[in-house]
Amino acid sequence: MDYVNLFVRSIFIENMVFAYFLGMCSYLAVSKTVNTAVGLGAAVIFVLSITVPINFLLDNYLLRPGALSWMGEEYASIDLSFLSFIMFIAVIASMVQLVEMIVERFAPALYGALGIFLPLIAVNCAILGGSLFMQQKDFAGIGEAATYGLGSGIGWFLAILAIAAIREKITYSNVPAPLRGLGITFIITGLMALGFMSFMGIKL
Amino acid sequence: MANKKDNKEKSPLVLFVAEEKEPLFSKKNRKLLTDPLDDNNPITVQVLGICSALAITVQLKPAIVMAIAVMAVMAFANMIISMIRNLIPNRIRIIVQLVVVAALVILVDQVLKAFAYDVSKELSVFVGLIITNCIVMGRLEAFALGNGVWKSFLDGIGNAAGYGLILVIVAFFRELLGSGKLFGFEVLGHKGATLAESTGLYALGYENNGLMLLSPAALLVVGVLIWVQRSRNRKLIEKN
Repeated sequence: MDYVNLFVRSIFIENMVFAYFLGMCSYLAVSKTVNTAVGLGAAVIFVLSITVPINFLLDNYLLRPGALSWMGEEYASIDLSFLSFIMFIAVIASMVQLVEMIVERFAPALYGALGIFLPLIAVNCAILGGSLFMQQKDFAGIGEAATYGLGSGIGWFLAILAIAAIREKITYSNVPAPLRGLGITFIITGLMALGFMSFMGIKL
Repeated sequence: MANKKDNKEKSPLVLFVAEEKEPLFSKKNRKLLTDPLDDNNPITVQVLGICSALAITVQLKPAIVMAIAVMAVMAFANMIISMIRNLIPNRIRIIVQLVVVAALVILVDQVLKAFAYDVSKELSVFVGLIITNCIVMGRLEAFALGNGVWKSFLDGIGNAAGYGLILVIVAFFRELLGSGKLFGFEVLGHKGATLAESTGLYALGYENNGLMLLSPAALLVVGVLIWVQRSRNRKLIEKN
């Protein structure tokens, strides 16, 4: 039950885009058509659900204060948490590279669909944000961390899918010239975020 | 014969002098600083660095601290990458850039924790997220990889200033309308429990707009900001 709770929470209530504004840049830049939005969204789900559990292990057995106690008593007092940014980003960048190579070798069709989006993901703030929030939330086990990663990814996917669908329709309407493109997208996203705030009232 | 020799000796010398003579703040270099403030603003025109711009603009103080942090990171990251731009193999350049930026962000984070602990707590993960702030990576890719050290340094400062400008404007409106304060000072008067106890605008029945404190308001304010900027500067208008 706890996992379901966490899963729903990370998709709707703590939505990466609408509650924390993470991954906003690619969200605005790659949401002109639904097809590309689906490609990028799928890649984000994929990478988030891999990197968050890996960074969880890294944080628990290497970085946080006292994490090194499995190596022996004298290491228990070492605190490497100031290294977490650089370790997390290294894991993310190398995982993205690795995932790209594996997908290219074993699933060429998927690679064709995701291809250009995978390198973009390394600098998507939603990915690093997922790992940093994981560090703040003090999850009990790797299962919770993986659930959180998957849920956040799906939340991001839903958000970009919704805005892409709206933007495809809005090309047919008469928006005031200075507001066209970026301006109206910002305002629509604001209104969508208002809508998503209604999920905050849900107690799980 | 003698003439030829003269030319040979002269031409490299003249070239060298001409290159050295470009002043530190020539017209071109000044443009690098001023362009990102309006015509080529990183947030409203290039669509870079939006994530952090929206999340930390509830109050002016964290917004200004964030702008300064981004400026420090961007200026030095641009400079360092520009120094080593001919040594980086093309295929792994993103990882190299990320490592340089991450090292700088760790420095900034430690400095903030040491000297401004409250603000650093308020900014929470968003200091770490400077690493993946697209504005840093975007300028590294677009500018520092192809330009000299001093120019890249100026470009970093200019773009961070443009970013900071939007941050400050948004934070100004959100703090003023949302809580009636600026930098934590009550500029619109004090709101007491009843109308009689209040002063300033609140004595006339003015109420704070709580929506401004919520996250969607940031998006709406930036949207309106883009609207104002583009109706003033019409060459920025998009086709659809």
